[in-house]
Amino acid sequence: MKTKRKNIALGLAALVGAALAQAEEVSVAVAANFTAPMKAIAAAFEEDTGHKAVLSFGSTGKFYAQIRHGAPFQVFLAADDKAPTKLEQEGLAVAGSRFTYAVGTLVLWSASEGFVDADGEVLKNNRFKRFAIANPKLAPYGKAAAEVLTGMGLMDAVKPKFVFGENIAQTYQFASTGNADLGFVALSQVMKDGKITSGSAWIVPDTMHAPIRQDAVIVSNGEGNAAAEALMQYLRGDKAKAIIRAYGYRI
Amino acid sequence: MGFSDADLTAIWLTLRLAGVTTFLLLLIGTPLAWWLAHTRSLWKGPVGAVVALPLVLPPTVLGFYLLLTMGPNGPVGQFTQWLGIGTLPFTFWGLVVASVLYSMPFVVQPIQNAIEALGRRPLEVAATLRAGPWDRFWTVVVPLARPGFMTAAVLGFAHTVGEFGVVLMIGGNIPGETRVVSVQIYDHVEAMEYAQAHWLAGSMVAFSFLVLFALYATQRNNPQRITL
Repeated sequence: MKTKRKNIALGLAALVGAALAQAEEVSVAVAANFTAPMKAIAAAFEEDTGHKAVLSFGSTGKFYAQIRHGAPFQVFLAADDKAPTKLEQEGLAVAGSRFTYAVGTLVLWSASEGFVDADGEVLKNNRFKRFAIANPKLAPYGKAAAEVLTGMGLMDAVKPKFVFGENIAQTYQFASTGNADLGFVALSQVMKDGKITSGSAWIVPDTMHAPIRQDAVIVSNGEGNAAAEALMQYLRGDKAKAIIRAYGYRI
Repeated sequence: MGFSDADLTAIWLTLRLAGVTTFLLLLIGTPLAWWLAHTRSLWKGPVGAVVALPLVLPPTVLGFYLLLTMGPNGPVGQFTQWLGIGTLPFTFWGLVVASVLYSMPFVVQPIQNAIEALGRRPLEVAATLRAGPWDRFWTVVVPLARPGFMTAAVLGFAHTVGEFGVVLMIGGNIPGETRVVSVQIYDHVEAMEYAQAHWLAGSMVAFSFLVLFALYATQRNNPQRITL
């Protein structure tokens, strides 16, 4: 009797041990614009694979600096392809693990209903006081916004009205609080389930700027981490892609 | 390499912001400190606590609420629009308002401590010699509480120079208007321009050290020295 109980206990311990060995944890640095979709993806990922993704959100430039100085991230989902490429070249990321997980969509958005028309004509009439864009030097969405305005020949006219967000999250904050009348933000910030959630918007055609390619990469200290591998696989899968598209990204 | 033009613009802007802020703070903070030092009102506790709030609140909290209240839909924003001066976020004067609030305890508390240390006695003596209130303030309070005022001015100035979170929230990063040194450093780091970041960041460390060192060195033997 006693040995039987002991055997059961041992068996249970072995089971738990096996489960623990399989379900690993992965720390993910996520670009701010990808916050909402990544939360949804991480929940589905945990449910489907048993692995757990621990998410940190922030700016790509800051994550790059932190990873260079030993931050404990295993996977990096950047807002551009520049930072992951650099990490790869510097030997700080697993070579060959980099791929484009999403292509960002730029949107001209205002918190007021009817302020932005469906063709972006509002930019030409110039009847606004403050215009929020992400700092083109730092943020890929800011760079794309500058390309659009330059292409339309409106850069010089609207430039005096710019206020710069440090990243796309802050740019959205300026526009959503009404402190800026309108702003170029990421479609993912104002779209849910394929619909614009509030205010008014012009979805900028992707022919008007260079593609906002967002790359993912496995960071060196994630090498051999099963959960990191699994997450990269999962991001390429149909389920993740459907979520990513529902937030207005192209992929 | 050294400083770029954009860096120099940011440095000049920061010094202007800190200068204007310190001037206004001495103007507003002195009567406030006087009142806090002398009052027996029930309001002493709450007012003192509000003045000290920026010591413990994250700058993002202050910045966030300023953005909301000074924005076009906020009460302060409605008022400034009614006055015909537009809204304050993304302007130099918006930063001045934010800095005055944010650096308030660094100015009020040293002055308050100095006035409290002074006590009522010298003022009563001066009054018996028929000195009016204004006269008493300039010939008794200011000279005797001078170290307190010095500490207040230096800390107010230095703390405004070191401000970052609030400016980031309501500044909008406009060159020559709201892009101060701390934000410029942040931009350099974000853009991976570490050499330029070092120039500015190193200068900030040197500046802050020298200012505090000068303050401590001149006040070493003073009983009213820095009490924060």
